[in-house]
Amino acid sequence: MNKAEILIIDDEPQIRKLLEITLESNGYKVVQAETGKEGVIQAASHPPELILLDIGLPDRSGHEVLKELRQWYNKSIIILSVQNNESDIVTALDNGATDYLSKPFRTAELLARMRSAIRRNQTPNNTTVVDAGDLQINLAARTVKKNNELLKLTSTEFNLISLFACNEGRVLTHRFILKEIWGVGYQTETQYLRVFVGSLRKKIEDNPNNPLHIVTESGVGYRFQ
Amino acid sequence: MKLSNSGKLPVKTQYFLSVLPVFVVSLVCFSFKNLIGYKIVALILLMTVSVVAMLFEILPVLLAAILSAVIWNFFFIPPLYTFEIGNTEDVLMFLLYFLIALVNAVLTFKIREAEKKARDKEEKEKELKLYNTLLNSLSHELRTPISAILGSVDVLKEGIQKLSSENQAELLNEIEIAANRLNRQVENVLNMSRLESGMLKPKMDWTDMNELVNNAIHKLLPTNHQFIFQNSESLALFKLDSGLTGEIVYNLLHNAVQYTPANSRIEIAVKHQDENCTITVSDNGNGFLAEEIPLVFDKFYRIPNTRTGGSGLGLSIVKGFAEAQNGVVKLENNKTGGASFTIVIPAETSYLNNLKNE
Repeated sequence: MNKAEILIIDDEPQIRKLLEITLESNGYKVVQAETGKEGVIQAASHPPELILLDIGLPDRSGHEVLKELRQWYNKSIIILSVQNNESDIVTALDNGATDYLSKPFRTAELLARMRSAIRRNQTPNNTTVVDAGDLQINLAARTVKKNNELLKLTSTEFNLISLFACNEGRVLTHRFILKEIWGVGYQTETQYLRVFVGSLRKKIEDNPNNPLHIVTESGVGYRFQ
Repeated sequence: MKLSNSGKLPVKTQYFLSVLPVFVVSLVCFSFKNLIGYKIVALILLMTVSVVAMLFEILPVLLAAILSAVIWNFFFIPPLYTFEIGNTEDVLMFLLYFLIALVNAVLTFKIREAEKKARDKEEKEKELKLYNTLLNSLSHELRTPISAILGSVDVLKEGIQKLSSENQAELLNEIEIAANRLNRQVENVLNMSRLESGMLKPKMDWTDMNELVNNAIHKLLPTNHQFIFQNSESLALFKLDSGLTGEIVYNLLHNAVQYTPANSRIEIAVKHQDENCTITVSDNGNGFLAEEIPLVFDKFYRIPNTRTGGSGLGLSIVKGFAEAQNGVVKLENNKTGGASFTIVIPAETSYLNNLKNE
C-alpha cells in the first residue's frame, strides 16, 4: 500500500521535526516546507493527500496561503493555530480549511483529525448510514438509532444530526451550521443552535453534561464524533 | 479650587493667583494702616508670600515677593507714595524684608520639590516591588515545570535501560503534568497582558451557562473535591462572551480546588436576576481573613503561607474578565464557613429554550 503524502508548512523546525517523527511512525510520507511560498510550490509540484498549514508564517499570512491553495487544491487542509485565537480559526474555516488544531496539540488529537480529513478525501459523500459509536444515523431513511433503539427526533433535530454525521470528526462553525439548517439570514442566530444542540444532546448522549458525540469547540463551533 | 495640584495649573493662572493675594492683603492693610502701623504690615505681607510659596511654582512666587516689597515700600513706608525711604532703620528693614521674602519663597519651593521627589520615589519603589513580585512568581511558576521536564528528560536519556518501565512511565507522566502546568501559566500571563493592554473586546454571543459550567467542571476532573452543580432546565440563554466567562468559572473552580482542603464541597449556581447573569461559587473550606478579602483580586496577591503553585493571577483575571463585560465580582465568607465568590454580569437573555420544540 502506498503511503499517504502529507505536506507540512510550518516555519518552526521543532514542530516540523516532531510532526515528521509522529507522522512517519504512523505510516505517512512527510514533505516539508518552511515558508508559505515554498509550501505552495511543493503542493503544486506534487499535490499531497493532506496539508498541515501553520497560520503564523514568516513570509506571508497563512490565510493568504490557504486562499491561494484553495483555488485549485481540493483535498484536506488542516490549520495549525495558536491557542485563544478563535477569530483566526473561524476565518480559516470560512476560507475553506477542513479543520484546525491549536498549538499545543496532542498527537492522538492530530492523528484523529488527519484520519477523518483523509477519509473525507477518499470517500465521496454518498454514504447513507453513518456509524458513530453507539449511534447509527441512516440519512436516507431519516432514522437515528442509539444502541439499536430508534430515537424520536424532531425534523430540525434530524437535519442537525445528519449535517453533523456527514461531517463526522470535523469542526463546523456556527455560521455554517445555521446557514445549512435554517438558511441564509439566520447565520448569527446562535440561540437556535444552542437550544437544538441542547435538546439533541439530551437524546443522543449518555451524559448530556459531558457530551461525547457533539463536542463544543469554544468560540468556533461544534464537532461531531 | 485644588491648590495642592497647582503644579498642573497653567502658568498664567499661577502668576495671577500668586499676585492676587498680595494685592488683596495690601488693600486690606492699606485701609487699616492707621490702626496697625507699617511694620506689622510687613509681617502680614511676608506671611502672604509664604502662603503663596506653599502653593505655586518658583517664578510666580518670586514675582509675588518682589511685588509685595515694592507695594510695602510705595504705600506703607514713609514718605508715602514714593520709593524713597526716610530713615536708615527703614532702609535696613526694607532690605531685610526683601531678603526674607526671597529666601522664604526659595526655601518653601525647595521643600516642596523634595517632598515631590520623595513621593515619586515611593511610587517607583511600589512599582518596582510589584514588578519584582511578578518576576519572582513568574520565574518560580515557569521554572518549576521546566525543571521537572529537563530533570525527567535527563534521567530518561541517561539510563533508559536502568529504569523500570513503571519509573519510565512515571517520568513521562511528570513531563506531561509539567508541560500542562506551563501551558496554563502561559495562558494566564497572556490573559493578563490582554487585560493590561486594554485590547480586550468581549464577543457577546448566546451562551448556555449549564454547558459552560459543566465544561469547566469536566476540565478539572478527576479531583478530590466534590463539585455540586444542578443543571437548570429553565435557565435562560445569556448573551455573554463565552470564552471570558468560561475562563472566569474555570479560574474560580480551580482556585477553590487549590485552596480548600481535600473533599471540600464546591457548589456552583447560575441565576438570572434583574437582567444579570449571577454566578456563585461557594465552598466549605476555611474562608478568608477579613483583611484579605479586599486584596485577593489584586494582581500577584497570594495569601501568605499558602501552598506553592499559583501565580496570584487567577483571581485578578476573574475580576478583569468580569469587568470587561461590565460585571462585578464579590467575595464574602459564608456564615456556615467557607467562602462565596459572586460574579454579576449584565446580559441580555433569551428564553427560547423554554419554548416547546417546533
